[in-house]
Amino acid sequence: MSNGTLYDKVYDRHTVTTLPTGQDQLFVGLHLVHEVTSPQAFGMLEERDLEVAYPERTHATVDHIVPTGNRDRPYADDAAEEMLSKLEENVRDAGIEFSHPGTGDQGIVHVVGPEQGLTQPGMTVVCGDSHTATHGAFGALAFGIGTSQIRDVLATGTVAMEKAKVRQVRVEGELGDGVSAKDVILEVIRRLGTDGGAGYVYEYAGSAIESLSMEGRMSICNMSIEGGARAGYVNPDEKTYDWLRETDAFADDPERFAELKPYWESVRSDDDAEYDDVVTIDASELEPVVTWGTTPAQGVGVTQPIPEPEDCHSPETARQAQEHVGVSPGETMEGYPVDVAFLGSCTNARLRDLRRAAAVVRGREVADGVRALVVPGSQRVQAAAEAEGLDEVFRDAGFEWRDPGCSMCLAMNDDQLDGDEVCASSSNRNFVGRQGSTEGRTLLMNPKMVAAAAVTGEVTDVRAIPEVTTA
Amino acid sequence: MSQGPADTVKRVTGTGIPVRGDDIDTDQIIPARFLKVVTFDGLGQFAFFDQRFDDNDEPLEHPFNEDRFQGASVLAVNANFGCGSSREHAPQALMRWGIDAIVGESFADIFAGNCLALGIPTVVADHDTVTDLQDFIDENPDAEVDVDIENETVTFGDRTVDVEVDDAQHTALVEGVWDTTALLKSNADAVEETARSLPYTDV
Repeated sequence: MSNGTLYDKVYDRHTVTTLPTGQDQLFVGLHLVHEVTSPQAFGMLEERDLEVAYPERTHATVDHIVPTGNRDRPYADDAAEEMLSKLEENVRDAGIEFSHPGTGDQGIVHVVGPEQGLTQPGMTVVCGDSHTATHGAFGALAFGIGTSQIRDVLATGTVAMEKAKVRQVRVEGELGDGVSAKDVILEVIRRLGTDGGAGYVYEYAGSAIESLSMEGRMSICNMSIEGGARAGYVNPDEKTYDWLRETDAFADDPERFAELKPYWESVRSDDDAEYDDVVTIDASELEPVVTWGTTPAQGVGVTQPIPEPEDCHSPETARQAQEHVGVSPGETMEGYPVDVAFLGSCTNARLRDLRRAAAVVRGREVADGVRALVVPGSQRVQAAAEAEGLDEVFRDAGFEWRDPGCSMCLAMNDDQLDGDEVCASSSNRNFVGRQGSTEGRTLLMNPKMVAAAAVTGEVTDVRAIPEVTTA
Repeated sequence: MSQGPADTVKRVTGTGIPVRGDDIDTDQIIPARFLKVVTFDGLGQFAFFDQRFDDNDEPLEHPFNEDRFQGASVLAVNANFGCGSSREHAPQALMRWGIDAIVGESFADIFAGNCLALGIPTVVADHDTVTDLQDFIDENPDAEVDVDIENETVTFGDRTVDVEVDDAQHTALVEGVWDTTALLKSNADAVEETARSLPYTDV
């Protein structure tokens, strides 16, 4: 059993009591709400005549269904309009702060929380969304919940949980040029499997993790769930504090920052912390990863051969996946033609992601026949990117520059694949049908690799493409 | 809807339905386009929709489309069932289609938690046992499968096999405390105390 880890400390500090089921009742420090998984929970509250217990610890935004093109109300899609209207009504009635498009603060919920400083170290963060693990990048204990649990959190400010085991994933050494956080997490999932993390929380540690930006750490924690781990985190350090210092929460309140910092430092895993498992990965061995299949674990280094199904975790699933995607063992993914390039999602749509992709795109053009789109993670990311001219870089190259939302990551708006289109995607899931077409094919990769695929029209090792830097 | 405590779920008995394959994610169980709703009503018809119907809504081969499995209440699945998105719409769709219990090799954590919140047991058996159960159901679609949560067994034909039920799930179902809202609410004073003890709360 783990001991002295950040997980143990934060879990214990937030435990209200142990329930008759043996589960623990955990206090929720931040409850993030979006339009898809919350309306039924608000409905259940109404049926039971219950009020929202901690509206001040709750924050809403709209991301899954928002159009990324024409956002005039009412939305062209009646169902989307109904969902947003319902959310507006619910947050108004409950007195919940709402980062809606009119505020300039709207965005993907896992971009919004960190950029406003809502997400802080040593907090428990929940949201009706499996990518809530993203917030673990700040040393928070963050996990996705279902709608009945949202009802519990709304009504009581708490959730019933079972304590998980803790696996430390150490990534040591230096990442090569062109290799990013996304490649690290795709490799972690490939090695440990889509269900390797079931029952675990992942602590990402080691020199390669420490050297990553907060955005990189978010990309890694974000995809913990694709490896089966409900939560993942990085211990907070000076990079974490530097990020927080600039956010709305602390920019004008340095005293509050100074007051909380000792707590943040105290929740770091102890040097002699005990883990249920430790896995070490050599960062220098990694190269840009591209998925060849229909689970995020089915990835391979861009120059490496696609494996035989028999050598995979689940051979039958691998065989079906190779058939769906149209690849054969022994081939590499390099040169695989793409129809669509999608830069977006809660995994990779932050300012630093867009800057990196722009460096590849600058001075180049989207290949003939490729539809390329950039969907910034939030209105703030969008504004910051526009302020430094990134929108022009992308537009000049032939990309569409859209408004923020989940977009083609899960195709709940008009941004969808058509037929058997192939998408080079900076998102997190390559499940069959995920991007809106059951014949569609999703190749997960890092944002620079998406940019490279957009301009060449095929999967391309971005390390071979010289970046044009502005003089 | 109940105010809790919920009904006890000690056993589920009914005919079975096998859905084979590892890593069946919640996007397969219910595609995202069916999530554009503000209630869970009527989701049952969309369970496994894209595996059941082609682009022209013509039926495909899938157990959920087969006459012989209609009315089934025990779903038999393989490893890492329900991975991916946290959407409770997935177990809601299965429940509204008629599923009352799931037997599988393993379940994704969030999915299992969502099932528990609906009073649906997710019981675990090894690969060979699950395969035997799936084969049995295939050959005997009208036969009853008995999932005994209390004693952690599944009986099909003349076989009774041991299965695992997570401890908390076991207690919650057998004692009828799986709908946790009222229980959590009853500790409101202790919650307030915990909130006050945390440095980041302004209370």
